[in-house]
This record gives sequence, structure tokens and C-alpha cells, in this order.
Amino acid sequence: MLLIYCPYCEEERSELEFRHGGDAHIARPTNIADITDEEFEAFFFLRDNPKGLIFERWRHVHGCGRFFNAARDTVSDKFFASYKAGEPKPDLPGISPATEKTVETYEATEGTAK
Amino acid sequence: MRKYSVFAVAREALRGHKGWEPQWVSPEPRQEYDVIIVGGGGHGLGAAYYLAKQHGITNVAVIEKGWLGGGNTGRNTTIIRSNYLYDESMDIYEHSLKLWEGLSQELNYNVMYSPRGVMMLSHNVHDRQSFKRHIHANRLHGIDNEWLTPEQAKDFCPPLDIAATARYPINGAALQRRGGTARHDAVAWGYARAASDRGVHIIQNCEVKAIRRGPGGEVTGVETSRGFIGAKKIAVSASGHNSVIMSMADVRVPLHSVPLQALVSEPMKPIFPCVVMSNTVHAYISQSDKGELVIGAGTDQYNSYSQTGGLQIITHTLDAICELFPMFRRVKMMRQWGGITDNTPDRSAIQGVTPVPNLFVNCGWGTGGFKATPGSANLFAHLIAKGEPHKLASGLTLDRFRSGRLIDEAAAAAVAH
Repeated sequence: MLLIYCPYCEEERSELEFRHGGDAHIARPTNIADITDEEFEAFFFLRDNPKGLIFERWRHVHGCGRFFNAARDTVSDKFFASYKAGEPKPDLPGISPATEKTVETYEATEGTAK
Repeated sequence: MRKYSVFAVAREALRGHKGWEPQWVSPEPRQEYDVIIVGGGGHGLGAAYYLAKQHGITNVAVIEKGWLGGGNTGRNTTIIRSNYLYDESMDIYEHSLKLWEGLSQELNYNVMYSPRGVMMLSHNVHDRQSFKRHIHANRLHGIDNEWLTPEQAKDFCPPLDIAATARYPINGAALQRRGGTARHDAVAWGYARAASDRGVHIIQNCEVKAIRRGPGGEVTGVETSRGFIGAKKIAVSASGHNSVIMSMADVRVPLHSVPLQALVSEPMKPIFPCVVMSNTVHAYISQSDKGELVIGAGTDQYNSYSQTGGLQIITHTLDAICELFPMFRRVKMMRQWGGITDNTPDRSAIQGVTPVPNLFVNCGWGTGGFKATPGSANLFAHLIAKGEPHKLASGLTLDRFRSGRLIDEAAAAAVAH
């Protein structure tokens, strides 16, 4: 279970209080009725699904109820940062998402969790 | 390939089991193949087998980063059924179920397909309406599925608690008698053996790092951890890592990868005769031939490639199992694991051509790909050989997310996703 920092409540709470909200920083087109099927597909369905750094939305449903964004590593599940909705993607100097060498097995994950 | 039979077992027993040959060979990669299949799970190995057997294309390599069947093929709960709601889904899963029925004979390999019945519990009015809709749709499509009263459900599966005072009372169940389980490793090994026998190269411990393209944008081969390997066609079937592989060819696919967990108990004497699923309280359970209870849990809510999953997911499932089957309350769980599933927005698979010439994809089987293995592999081979989908898989194309012709099993699936 993840431990997630809510930037509004300013504390870490258990994942049970949160709901995942999909990818962050996807802007809904302002002219949604005019865009082509290709553009709608790209906006609505297509995702990068990265192995490594992901920017995603969370909602603190059983807390303050607010949406915020977070940067996380999808291999180690470790959070790099969480920040308020509307703020730009943070610079993350020096972060290096885990590689398969460091995290491939359950045992390896346990070993590097600390 | 030397055939397996009762006589072979007897012959080897008499000579100290010294005559068994390797099930498949692992040759050095050629410089170029007609077809490279990325991903050595059941779907990829099966596609290689059907390419060789049905389409006469034997200059084929299956490239696998780890070991055969080490991904989701070896990580699932082995449930087989075809009682889906929509025509496109019923077509492909029923095609698959029919292939399961003869697969051991076809491959000369015991995949231990056991049609012990898959029973889905109904707990409320919505469940009952939804399951009856499935039953009618299935029967109109020629697929067996029947409605049971709670008493009939109890007769079929005696450990079930049907008391009106139960925490999750049961008002009926849907039963597909031809559904059941199979041995997951044997499926990968059986296909690998049969494909290798027809000349397919099976290359393990070989990671695809890039996809090389020609001047017209068409694929020309893959860069791997063992060097460049040329290919006239590339077929991607890498389950949870499909997005990663497809991004090497600059193709975005509508997938998100999440861990799905399963766990097994300590082994016990035969006590559980069928497969039981409960959509509403999210639990599914069967007993393996080794005696372990095989229990499937849910997915995590966030994208992850960690192959672990959160503890709260499996405790939720075990809570439900203990309520449905009070006799299992003191059973110990032995092992837990996660597999990375690739899920589409409509929870139906994608199998089809891509915007890149000669690149084909088989993805999005999500949390239910094992049951589809023979059917998916069979139709994927047709797609690779002919360059266009088989009519049974014609609805599963990648461009349905552009045209809007979704196959919305997400809302109507008979299984909890």
C-alpha cells in the first residue's frame, strides 16, 4: 500500500484515503466539438503508460476531497513529488527511476524499499 | 520430436529416464526471420505454432526477455470460460474454448484442461438481471450458460454458504459447465515444443531494445540484447509491456498497466470441485490438482510495473472468501504474486494492424488473457500471415478507439475487472 503526501493537507496518509485519477497534465481541448476523430482519440484514449517516471492525478477522497498531481516511478512505486493542481510539472533534478536491474523481483523490491 | 505416450513413459521407466530429449531447442538467432514475435508467453508461442502449422510460415522467432511463460502466463489463476456479453467477445472466447477442448491432443502435451464448471455468484437484484442477460445472450450465440437457484449452487459447490443470514447472501448463480481451468505452464511449454518441432526459433533471455524502421516507415528488425535481428514482420504480444514495446515504433496504444494479484493456500485434500467467482464481493477461487486453493484478487488503482501489488487488495478478497466459504477461515496462504496486466479503456483486447507497416499487435487482454490463449494465438497467426484480421477478431482492431466502435465489456463483463 502506498503512503501518499497530500499537498493540501500537508501530510502523508495511507493510499486507502485516495483515489487514482489517471494521467496528469492532459488538457481538454477548448473546441471539443470541432476536433477530428484522431485528435479526440489522442486526447481521450491514447496514453504513454511509461515504465519509469509518470505524472498522475490523485484525489484525496476520504480527506480534503481535492485533486492534486504527483510524480512517481512505476517500477519502484516510489513518489518523487506531489504538488497542487494547476501547478506546472516540477523539475526533478537528479531523479533516476528504478531499472529492472534494481527492481525486478518481489525480493529485490523488498530489499530496496528502505 | 519424439511423441509422448504411455509407451514412452513405460520405455523410459525401464531405462532410467535417460532417453527424454529437450522439449525445445534454443538456437543462435539467424540474421533475419520472416516473422519475429516479441513475447514468449502463451499468446506469442501459440501464434508461432499456428503460423508454422496452419500458414506454412516456419522462418519465425519468438523473442522473450526472461523465460518462457514467466510473465502473465505463469502468474494467472488459469480460469477458462466464454460467457461474455458482446458478440465480438463471445466469438473469440468461444473459439478459444473450442481449441482448449482439443489442445492436449493437438499438441501431444497434457495441458490439464479441466472443464469442471465456472459458477458466478449473484448477490443482489442487479447481479441477477445482469447474469440472466448474459445467459440469454450466450444461449442465442450457441454458448452454454445456465441459471442456478441457491440450492442448486450449493449442490454444485458444497462448501458454499447460502444461508439467508450470510454476510453476502446468494440469490442464484450462473454456471458455464464447459468452463474450468488448465495448467498454465504446460500451455506455454506445449506450444513451445510443438512450434520448435516445426522449425520455430525460441530465443529466451533476449530483450528487445528498439525496433528498426526502413525508409518507408516499415519495420526491418529489432535491436536486442543479443544484437540486431532482421524481420520482415514484427508481431508484438508482450502483455503488460506492450506500451513499452510499441513506443519503440512510436505507436501510442490506449493501454494502462496495473498489477493484478493472485495467491495460493497450503495444499489440502480435494475439497473444492469447481471454479467460483463473485463479481460483487470480488473473489474467485478454485483448487489446483496439487491441492492449493488458487485465489484471484483485484488490481491496484494506479499504473505500475512492480509485479507486487498492495496488501489491502488481497485482504479484501480473503475477507470475501472467508464469508462465502466459512470452512476456509483457518487455511494458511502460502504465496502471493502480481502480474502486470495491460488494460484498454473498454476492457476488450486489441488485435490488429498498426499505423506502422508490417507491425502487428496483440494487446489489451487485461485481467483475462489466459482463457483466450489458444483462440487469440490462432487468430493472431492469421493476422500476421494474411495481413488482415480473421473475421472472428475483426472487431478487436486498434482503430475502434477512433471510430468509436467500442466493445464495452467494462460495464457488462461477467468478471470483476
